[in-house]
Amino acid sequence: MLRLSRALYMEMVAHCLAGLPDEACGLLVGPYGGDEAAHLFVTPNAAASAMVYEIDPKEMLRVDRAAQALGADIMGVFHSHTHTDAYPSPTDVAQATDPGWHYVLVSLRDTHPVVRSYLIRDGQITEEPVEVPGLGVPGLEAPG
Amino acid sequence: MAVEVRLPTVLRSHAGGAAVVSVEGATIGEVLSTLVAEYPGMSGQVITDDGALHKFVNIYVDDDDVRYLEGLDTPVKDGTEVSILPAVAGG
Repeated sequence: MLRLSRALYMEMVAHCLAGLPDEACGLLVGPYGGDEAAHLFVTPNAAASAMVYEIDPKEMLRVDRAAQALGADIMGVFHSHTHTDAYPSPTDVAQATDPGWHYVLVSLRDTHPVVRSYLIRDGQITEEPVEVPGLGVPGLEAPG
Repeated sequence: MAVEVRLPTVLRSHAGGAAVVSVEGATIGEVLSTLVAEYPGMSGQVITDDGALHKFVNIYVDDDDVRYLEGLDTPVKDGTEVSILPAVAGG
């Protein structure tokens, strides 16, 4: 399970929308292997592409140092899919190197963004629930 | 000489959970070879079988990516901070 505060969820989705027409990306920081992201760092898409994303190596180092200063680690990554489902592409799976990370996909294909999260271990994709306390209109089901 | 190497989370289990290990070497190539020799579980995850830097990791000497320095020949000295982080990308 991945738990995000409403503020982090909104920041993540807003960053993805702001990145259109390109894919957008960022990193989740918190306890490695844990369920709850304590911080979110948006990063530029160094590939500047609607098809692929890349986190600049210097940005990785910046976020890793910031995580260290917070007493935490990078514990996941998010990126948007502009034309496809919120599901890891073969490229995403091939480049998913950390079995402890949450791999979050934000699909912007439809009118409403769709956020899903996965664990990717040895090429196997396992979806996990995304919990965002307080998201949505009271009485209505959260989107997703 | 020994340098401190900060490990990415994915490799820490091979070093007893340590985030930072102290490793001997005069160049990045030597440091990484020693690292893998000491923690064989990391074999194939940092350096490829033919001795090149694995494409899914980035290695930094202090603030600089070694791909923009001298690669595996980049010299290190006492007190240098070496960081290994995953190269994060996808489609």
